[in-house]
Amino acid sequence: MNEKLKAQKQKEQKEEQQKYQQKAKQFEPKPPVLLNCLKAFLVGGFICLLGQLLQKFYMQVFDFNEKTASNPTVATLIFIAVLLTGLGVYDRIGQFAGAGSAVPVTGFANSIASAAIEHRAEGYVLGVGGNMFKLAGSVIVFGVVSAFVIGLIRTIFNY
Amino acid sequence: MSFRVSRQTWYFSSDVRIRSAGTAVGPKEGNGPLGNEFDIVFDDNYVGEATWEKAEKKILEASINKTLEKAGLVAEDIDMILAGDLLNQIISATFASRTIQIPFIGTYGACSTSMLSLAQASALVNAGYCNLAVAACSSHNSTAEKQYRYPTEYGGQKPPTAQYTATGAGSVLVGRGGTGIRVTYATLGKIVDMGIKNPFNMGSAMAPAAADTLLAHLKDTGRKPSDYDLIVTGDLAGVGAPILVSLMKEQGYEIAPYYNDCGLMLYRKDDPEVFSGASGCASSALVTYGHLLKEMERGKISRLLVLATGALLSPLTYQQGESIPCIAHAVAFEVDE
Repeated sequence: MNEKLKAQKQKEQKEEQQKYQQKAKQFEPKPPVLLNCLKAFLVGGFICLLGQLLQKFYMQVFDFNEKTASNPTVATLIFIAVLLTGLGVYDRIGQFAGAGSAVPVTGFANSIASAAIEHRAEGYVLGVGGNMFKLAGSVIVFGVVSAFVIGLIRTIFNY
Repeated sequence: MSFRVSRQTWYFSSDVRIRSAGTAVGPKEGNGPLGNEFDIVFDDNYVGEATWEKAEKKILEASINKTLEKAGLVAEDIDMILAGDLLNQIISATFASRTIQIPFIGTYGACSTSMLSLAQASALVNAGYCNLAVAACSSHNSTAEKQYRYPTEYGGQKPPTAQYTATGAGSVLVGRGGTGIRVTYATLGKIVDMGIKNPFNMGSAMAPAAADTLLAHLKDTGRKPSDYDLIVTGDLAGVGAPILVSLMKEQGYEIAPYYNDCGLMLYRKDDPEVFSGASGCASSALVTYGHLLKEMERGKISRLLVLATGALLSPLTYQQGESIPCIAHAVAFEVDE
């Protein structure tokens, strides 16, 4: 009997919570999804365009081919992203562009640099070393795992 | 009237009064619409320290020292300090108390710490355990971001329901007798959790807790919202404040004409960095101790109710999928008729 009463009470509480959550939704401003998509597209596209230009630059000026030019290109983009993070600009770009500046390699660089700067106060070993992959760690883990799975699928279908 | 009105509401019958109040803020708060009301405005978020944690401690120390200075007292004259902040192990409060050397009680109520510490300090003074007690709290945008969210330079996008943790500290000194503003009632809240899980939407999570405490306060004291010139909440901000008005309306109370939110008063309304408003212990402490008490002295407000709201979450409980338990504590301030 007591158990039954308890369950009944829990159910009522849950219903009350759901009713409130629906009410609260009406007051919450919605993120402007369409506008955010457009901003992400433009900024993300601009970063890719910059990458493309850099790649062409390395092919034209130095003796790189299309494949080998990607290494200095990525390194340059990472350098720019880390510099902008250190100057306190990248977080503002991130708030404006959302996924547009988070998805390219620059976002990955920002997540590492920002964590490293943040935890410098706790020393180089426990602070910087221990925390710089705090956000990037899961990108690396799931990137490697998904690359492995895709590689496996490709290997199977090629035979 | 006895001390105990109900299990939630205390009446301070021994003439508990505010002796002095001190506030210290960061540059953004100093540039806000209430900038001129604060005693100390630092022009740098590091306040000349090496880390943000040290900066927050220094801001808290500055506000406590200013409070003592205004009352013409030194630390040895004070019996007890009740202080808290948002950081793990309330380090700002403990480290500031290490410097100031007043017997210390640490308090934690997240952003409700301002009124929680003041209610407790007033009770100690009212009962005679202390002659003079200080209630203080602090928050810092960067220390809060570091502990609760992401690194400050991380380029993540925040939703419009997010709030901006205020950088600053507020303290008050309470004692018996004198001519200051009276602290008459405190209504301490119970935890209310309506199952909101999004830490970027704390206004929605905290509004029911504010309503719960406000209803209890009105019932216990037999007062109506119109008995107050102003009722303010700590940091419900743009989302939570209208929800509270609506929740109170459902209960038959029209609070809108007497109501405002500290989170909406601290920054310029057009500041995009602030999103829906201010949050943090400093939000209610700065607006109340820096601005509203002065408005009472200027004769603009004679009865004030401050409902400090707190979201008692941690990054750990959020990551484990728990909802956000919330609380609100109310303190009533009155000018002699």
